[in-house]
Amino acid sequence: MTDQTKAYDHVIEVKGLKTQFGDFVVHENLDLNVRSGEIIGVVGGSGTGKSVLMRAIIGLKRPSAGTVRIFGEDYYKADDKAREAIEQRWGVLFQGGALFSSLTVAQNVMAPIREHLNLSEELAKDIAALKISMSGLPEDAGAKYPSELSGGMKKRAGLARSLALDPEIVFLDEPTAGLDPIGAAKFDELIVNLKESLGLTVFMVTHDLDTLHATCDRVAVLAEKRVIACGPLDEVRKTDHAWIQEYFSGPRGRAALAVKAS
Amino acid sequence: MADSAAHFDIDMSRGTLKLVPRGDWRARFLGELDDDLRDFADDSIGRDLVIDMSHVDRLDTVGAMMLQRTMHCCAERGDASQFTGANEAQTALLAQVEGHLQPCHVEMAHGNPFLAVVNRLGKGVADAYYAALEVMSFVGRTLSTAGRVLVQPQKMRWTSTVYHMEEAGLNAMPIIGLMSFLIGAVVAYMGAKILSMFNADIFTVELVGISVLREFGVLLSAILIAGRSGSAFTAQIGSMKIREEIDAMRVLGLDPMEVLVLPRVIALVIMLPILALIAAVLGVVGGGLVAATAMDISPALFVSRFQETIIINHFWAGLIKAPFFAFVIAIIGCFQGMEVEGSAESLGQRTTLSVVQSLFLVIVIDAFFAMFYLEIDF
Repeated sequence: MTDQTKAYDHVIEVKGLKTQFGDFVVHENLDLNVRSGEIIGVVGGSGTGKSVLMRAIIGLKRPSAGTVRIFGEDYYKADDKAREAIEQRWGVLFQGGALFSSLTVAQNVMAPIREHLNLSEELAKDIAALKISMSGLPEDAGAKYPSELSGGMKKRAGLARSLALDPEIVFLDEPTAGLDPIGAAKFDELIVNLKESLGLTVFMVTHDLDTLHATCDRVAVLAEKRVIACGPLDEVRKTDHAWIQEYFSGPRGRAALAVKAS
Repeated sequence: MADSAAHFDIDMSRGTLKLVPRGDWRARFLGELDDDLRDFADDSIGRDLVIDMSHVDRLDTVGAMMLQRTMHCCAERGDASQFTGANEAQTALLAQVEGHLQPCHVEMAHGNPFLAVVNRLGKGVADAYYAALEVMSFVGRTLSTAGRVLVQPQKMRWTSTVYHMEEAGLNAMPIIGLMSFLIGAVVAYMGAKILSMFNADIFTVELVGISVLREFGVLLSAILIAGRSGSAFTAQIGSMKIREEIDAMRVLGLDPMEVLVLPRVIALVIMLPILALIAAVLGVVGGGLVAATAMDISPALFVSRFQETIIINHFWAGLIKAPFFAFVIAIIGCFQGMEVEGSAESLGQRTTLSVVQSLFLVIVIDAFFAMFYLEIDF
């Protein structure tokens, strides 16, 4: 495999990142490394810039300082061709699914396939059906328009589209927000399952403590404009920081832990 | 790294049929292989098949799917059918994909094309009928809301009304004035050219006066407002509808008719006559300027001739139409906004519809007024 001669240690390497809106600084001197094949969960209070961090990594919010390396390549310094190559190796699930509303679910999934791969229509359809089914949607969902889907189904359809090109990294922005607990648990299961079978690296922004417990190999905590703790959940929980203690030891944190223990 | 292109060999030795895929089995390399593999699958129906994975360098879900599809095509294969030589990751991928082989539904099935045409025609007629009914019911609701507000004036949203008067009326004045000025000038040039052939240059004054006062001033204002404000109303209300703001208003006990529709209707009904007045004045000024520069009709002559021949009725005939046009434009704009649902595409369609319908109705009403004025000799 070509990638065995990897020229990088981490699939995502964020160094000294600074992002700001006008004078308002969201991140300053932020470092974060993501290893290949892990699920990393990014948590933090509202307004700490979890989604902004994700947007900075996937190229939607240009940082004012620092570097973002993906597959060892500096994304913001790469030329168009290298950038396009990187973009084909990741998939992104936006918070609301961000499906193209004028296309059916299957057409949504086929959109990147048609654009980037030179495949027959028939094979593209087979691939779309496969991804739709793998995302846990019923068979007839492919012909539906996004406006006909429930919130949970939109997320699954968005996941199907993000998996269309067999990405190596998947970015998930609050994948379980707005789902009922059963749906959320199933989604967690799906993500772990896909990670194991497809060898994905998953970068997940989440608030959901149950999801953290159920899926994440490592957790990164955002506060004070940087990552204040990063590591396996059990280690991070022991960090002596007011927000972390409140987050993991509050009633919801304890409940999630109890579920895990049982 | 010797990544060879994806291909496959078929090995028939030792009795069993053996498929040996080789090389890089990832989506981007498989486009040309698909048909061959389908043919092979069709040829091998009902026979035992062994797929030897040991020569596959790389595999993704698409490659795994194609191999699983070959394995499971149509009829069932015998017990000896299996994958051999797959490493751990490949086994996991093959297993992951196995449960998800299914036909794809890309769009809803289309029936008989002839029936579809008839169906569309019928649906179009029925839709037009129901749309007309709905517009009328919307007019009724607007009027009854207006009546209620008239009884309880404290319910009137003055801030919103004045805002829309500024936005739709005041801000449109420069462009409407300029347009009308130019049209007045164009009409005068036309008159200058043709009337001078009969030595009747002086009738340019009547030509400009009557056409601008009766028709062009008010019609141009209405057309511009339909394009400028009618579409804006649809887009504003439509995007509120998409974000469920209208529903939020309802459950909070705010009547969208009262909060959104009525201020817009009142604002336009007040502002369009004013715009039409300005348009009429500037149209006549434009005509007068051309008369003075291109012909020998001095401004003094133009004005005295204007006063002698143009009776005030022409002015009223134009201005009376303005509130009717305004009402129709505002109603259609708001109605189409309320009809938006779900997608951004629907918003675009409704905005287009709003402009087309209000322009159409403005012209139709104008024609009715023309017939009416003719009958009553106005």
